[in-house]
Amino acid sequence: MNSDHHIILRAVSKMLIPLIILYAFYVQFHGDFGPGGGFQAGIIIAVGIILYALIFGVPAAMRAVPPVFTRSLAAVGVIIYAGVGFWALFSGGNFLEYQALFHEPPGEHHGQHIGIMVIEIGVLCGVAGAMLTIFYAFAGRVAEIRDKDW
Amino acid sequence: MSDPVQADIGLALVNILLLGILFVVALSIARIRSLFAIVMLSGVYSLVSAVWYVVVDAVDVAFTEAAVGAGMSTVVLLGAMLLTSRTVKPDKKFARLGPALVVIATGIMLIYASVDLPALGDPTSPVNTGVGLTYLQVNWADTGIPNVVTSVLGSYRGYDTLGETSVVFIAGLAVALLLGFGERSLADSIRKGDRLPTPRESEPAKDEDDAS
Repeated sequence: MNSDHHIILRAVSKMLIPLIILYAFYVQFHGDFGPGGGFQAGIIIAVGIILYALIFGVPAAMRAVPPVFTRSLAAVGVIIYAGVGFWALFSGGNFLEYQALFHEPPGEHHGQHIGIMVIEIGVLCGVAGAMLTIFYAFAGRVAEIRDKDW
Repeated sequence: MSDPVQADIGLALVNILLLGILFVVALSIARIRSLFAIVMLSGVYSLVSAVWYVVVDAVDVAFTEAAVGAGMSTVVLLGAMLLTSRTVKPDKKFARLGPALVVIATGIMLIYASVDLPALGDPTSPVNTGVGLTYLQVNWADTGIPNVVTSVLGSYRGYDTLGETSVVFIAGLAVALLLGFGERSLADSIRKGDRLPTPRESEPAKDEDDAS
């Protein structure tokens, strides 16, 4: 942070990181219609934050997205996914049977759409949290990557 | 692209080019000793294979390969590389002869087996006549979701995807437990102030000189 010979990298990545996160949400919510889904979107969000960590240093990234938060996010993702299963169970269907979410007859697809959207959000949280946890576990051991190390 | 024969020749050329690049990159990974170069080349390998998946119309797989293979695993390998030395240990002259023979024999067997594979996109192949065709036929009436990949992943195979999400979660948990929540020292230092407690930090800052 004290040296400024990475100023171009910093300026460019400052512009790119919001676009990367926005693209992740596009991938997330467009997964029903095109390639993509929660898994890819989670990775893309994680990669955006990792880019921030690589450019601005791991401590800065840990202040923005604390490790405790990423760990909890991974667990919350799995809970969301499994929660949809139990929601269907308590609505009178089988585990993860989206048709039962709103007691719909076959042919209506509201439950399918909502169910898949919620589980994709669960996948997004789980994958992004787990990937960032893995990254922090590795990167937290090397405080700052100096130019000499490459 | 109006002429189908011309399009086929173009596709074949693209295939040969991409697979040739993959071959060269794989050979370089086997030869190079610098770990940093190997990590970067494995990212290149993933990116080129992602492009090749697009050529064979597996867009979802290509997307995942580009995100996971080229993005995520490269970064994790970089982080792992920083914890170890920078070059591969040199090994003995003939120590690699046995593995090379095994690899060559396996390659010959795979090429021999690939003769029996159905052609790409063959409508009578088992892939296109079995359960895949059924999914394509019943998907719209069952789920009303245009992307069959999503409906198979989320709806028909919802249990599998729940398992995969759990596996990813367990992987993150396992790494965090094995590395002893390695961020704890950093997190403490962030709370106390902006100084880093590592021994390196006590050295005089001479980044500009070292960069040369």
